[in-house]
Amino acid sequence: MTLLDATPAAAAPRRTWLPVCRLDDLARERGVAALVPDGPDGRLEQVALFRLVDDRVLAVQQHDPFSDAHVLARGIVGSRQVGADEVPTVASPMYKQVFDLRTGACLDPAGKQPVAGLPADLRTWPVRVVAGAVEVAVQDAAAGDAP
Amino acid sequence: MDAPRHLVVVGGGMVAQRLVEALRDRDTAGTWRVTVLAEEPRRPYDRVALTSFFAGRTPEDLALGDASLWDDPLVTLVRGDAVTAVDRAARTVTAASGRTYGYDHLVLATGSYAWVPPMEGADLPGVFVYRTLDDVAALRGYVQGLQAERAHPVRGVVLGGGLLGLEAAGALDALGARSTVLQVDTHLMSAQVDLGGGEALRRLINRIGIGVRTQAMTTRVHEHRRGGVGRVELADGTRLDADVVVVAAGVRPRDELARAAGLAVGPRGGVVVDDTCLSDDPDVSAVGEVACIRGACIGLVAPGYTMAEITADRLLGGTATFPGADTATKLKLAGVDVASFGDAFARTPGALEIVWADPVAGVYKKLVLSDDARTLLGGVLVGDASAYASLRPMLGRELPGDPSAFLLPAGTGGAPDLELPDDAGVCSCNNVTAGAVRHAVTDEGCHDLGAVKACTRAGTSCGSCLPLVKKLMATELETLGVTVSTALCEHFALSRAQLYDAVRVAGSRTFTEVVERFGTRAAGRGCDICKPAVASILATTAPGHVLDGERAALQDTNDHVMANLQKDGSYSVVPRIPGGEVTPEGLIAIGAVAKDYGLYTKITGGQRIDLFGARIDQLPHIWQRLVDAGFESGHAYGKSLRTVKSCVGSTWCRFGVQDSVALAVLLELRYRGLRSPHKIKLGVSGCARECAEARGKDVGVIATDKGWNVYVGGNGGFTPRHARLLAEDLDTETLIRTIDRFLLYYVRTADRLQRTAPWIEEVEGGLDGVRAVVIDDALGICADLDAQMAQHVDEYEDEWRATLDDPEKLRRFASFVNAPDVPDPSLAYVPERGQARPATAAERAAAASGAPVLVAGSTLEVRS
Repeated sequence: MTLLDATPAAAAPRRTWLPVCRLDDLARERGVAALVPDGPDGRLEQVALFRLVDDRVLAVQQHDPFSDAHVLARGIVGSRQVGADEVPTVASPMYKQVFDLRTGACLDPAGKQPVAGLPADLRTWPVRVVAGAVEVAVQDAAAGDAP
Repeated sequence: MDAPRHLVVVGGGMVAQRLVEALRDRDTAGTWRVTVLAEEPRRPYDRVALTSFFAGRTPEDLALGDASLWDDPLVTLVRGDAVTAVDRAARTVTAASGRTYGYDHLVLATGSYAWVPPMEGADLPGVFVYRTLDDVAALRGYVQGLQAERAHPVRGVVLGGGLLGLEAAGALDALGARSTVLQVDTHLMSAQVDLGGGEALRRLINRIGIGVRTQAMTTRVHEHRRGGVGRVELADGTRLDADVVVVAAGVRPRDELARAAGLAVGPRGGVVVDDTCLSDDPDVSAVGEVACIRGACIGLVAPGYTMAEITADRLLGGTATFPGADTATKLKLAGVDVASFGDAFARTPGALEIVWADPVAGVYKKLVLSDDARTLLGGVLVGDASAYASLRPMLGRELPGDPSAFLLPAGTGGAPDLELPDDAGVCSCNNVTAGAVRHAVTDEGCHDLGAVKACTRAGTSCGSCLPLVKKLMATELETLGVTVSTALCEHFALSRAQLYDAVRVAGSRTFTEVVERFGTRAAGRGCDICKPAVASILATTAPGHVLDGERAALQDTNDHVMANLQKDGSYSVVPRIPGGEVTPEGLIAIGAVAKDYGLYTKITGGQRIDLFGARIDQLPHIWQRLVDAGFESGHAYGKSLRTVKSCVGSTWCRFGVQDSVALAVLLELRYRGLRSPHKIKLGVSGCARECAEARGKDVGVIATDKGWNVYVGGNGGFTPRHARLLAEDLDTETLIRTIDRFLLYYVRTADRLQRTAPWIEEVEGGLDGVRAVVIDDALGICADLDAQMAQHVDEYEDEWRATLDDPEKLRRFASFVNAPDVPDPSLAYVPERGQARPATAAERAAAASGAPVLVAGSTLEVRS
């Protein structure tokens, strides 16, 4: 796998599509963690990828801001009605906060505060499936085309 | 500061307990120290609930209030030492032990004794009174002794048809004796209900198998030729066979100390006190049943509590006075609903009575109203006292709408919803107002019944107000916008029990089927509440591996990776050690695994070993080693059977009467893997010494000489409970069948995350209801429950072994989908007491900035 040799690129952050696994590697309505190089120094980020029942794949940070542990991919995937929308969600396996998988927004802090100064909402990454391969858009990477 | 003054309380009953509690609550400056001199050898207990002793409750269950009250350095409780003399001049009391106590203030709280009418034979063995725990225990022992040696059913006679007499008759009935109540008066409960109510009550009492004779004066108890009671003789010459006689003919105040000390006593006994509870000696008060207040002694606990509160207030310089007694009463006898409150006999001039009677259904209800038919003055409810809790607080207030609406049966329009004023009393035992309950819900954040009870103490004594407290709480929660529906979550409008039945009957096998058929909307994909609940339901209705197909997506992470998630994202591993019995080879194998993977090791409370700090990607390797060594999943991660704890039993123990380890192993292997609404723990003790602490378990089994006693509904945790007796002296086969049915009845009908103790409280009929279903098959479901358990036992397989055999399932344990062998770089550990523990945030930060902190990554020495 080539994902670890990311090279730093120039000035403005660009998005690069990075293949991480096959769609078949993901079970419906469960998550997996992936390590992706992201950011100017190519630091490895832990990303949680979720395959929904309709085969959409969404990505949020693996780090749970409420428990400070890297566990969100192990949460239960579900849905919540917000207005007329059926919003896909994940619940943290640690203290059960609920997040919108599309936007990363924390929908229910379950009576808790995030640890020291962290935002309650999650970072998200764009994801696409190309010919059965799941690709995550990361900043400043070497391979593939920017959208 | 001055030394505290000394309050001596003579008597250790419910009112004395309340007095000490109230005084210590308010006397924050510590101006009084208290010595309580009790005649009985135990802490104050709930005498009102004495009859529940027969339903398997123990003396500890009946203990009142917070035990820490007696640890207060300003409080001394002297048990088993009755006061024999009061010297008012010297201001001392002398106890039977010869010890003398000086007092600054003395409170007499000696209560009453059971009055035995003058009759020949009253001192024969087999004649009992019904007043203390010892009385009740002796009665039970005597009846059980007779049952063991006589062929015919034990016949009991109760002298007295009042509240206590009927409870005693119910207790005899519960013991399996045939009982007859002999009432001197024209009807039952003649102090509380009128003739019409008494007649309805008699039919109800007959219906549960208890005989009643009114206008029956007992003149003599005859001895049986084998000794003990044989027969009673009535004034009209009638003779009735009787093996045991319980006298519940009324109580008399225990005022002998006061009489000897020269204090004024009432014409029918009792220490005369004024509205501040002071006797004619300003240093002596009397409270409770021994006090003659406003010309009468009152044999009820609520006015006693009021007197205790007044005395505490006065001792601290307050000005409280007696407001008059709340003499409302409710009979606590299964299947017979009776309540009486206020002016039940319409003695108020001009009072009007509204009566509704249905002799067929055995219902008699009467309201007493003021002459304009608007203000509620009192009432009698027999056969259906459901309106009691909401009507009683309305005493002296105007009823909204047509008063007769309160008397009509439910479903015919019924009673209008009462909006109780904030100052209306809800719980008279503990003097809690409707306002206090509302305040607890809105301002103290109490959102369930347990929290409201703990916060306000409402319903913690006799419990008769609980329906009202629950209703007030629900109304208040509704206005707060807190949903009180039983719906599981936004995806299912059904409760867990309803959903269980629906899924079982429909035979659904997947979440998609369940949500499409029973969900609130087909597009809903569940949540962290309903998905594990559906997984748990399917586990017993359509058994299959936790990771089979769509089922894998329903599991909480613990069930998904079959280990327990810890705070840093690593997991702990617990192999099953049935009954806590393990070979040296087994221990060595577990030790070797822990050593090789650097796992923190701890012995659990359930007699097994927990291995902490395993990464998700290490779990299959660890389990391969454990399975090879003969271990299987311990289901420590599941809402399922955890362990069956045991003592060493008759195999080794000098005192054991049965082989508790063998039974524990058998039970653990039978119920392993049984998914349930919450975790389930069992315990087996080999004798009554109870070393396995089985009564702290959901199901506790204790060996007897004749077999096994089974107790249910115990737990530790936040609200510790002792399990209560379900059945006695069972052989092993019957025991297992009983536990099978109990567990599955619980699995089918409990709420999500509801343990057995609160389930038993809420399930239809309480513990008696559970007994009726699992032992008497009252619902006709036992064959079905038996078949369901047989299927569970047949189809059990070790989840971990099955997972190791399936490469598809093993893929779930990769640390990263694109780097399956790279361990989670965020995990870090530091050594402590010779083992690893997760590094704190501060330690990680220090290590990252180069400080000399010993932090190791998760890749400790691994041999694979």
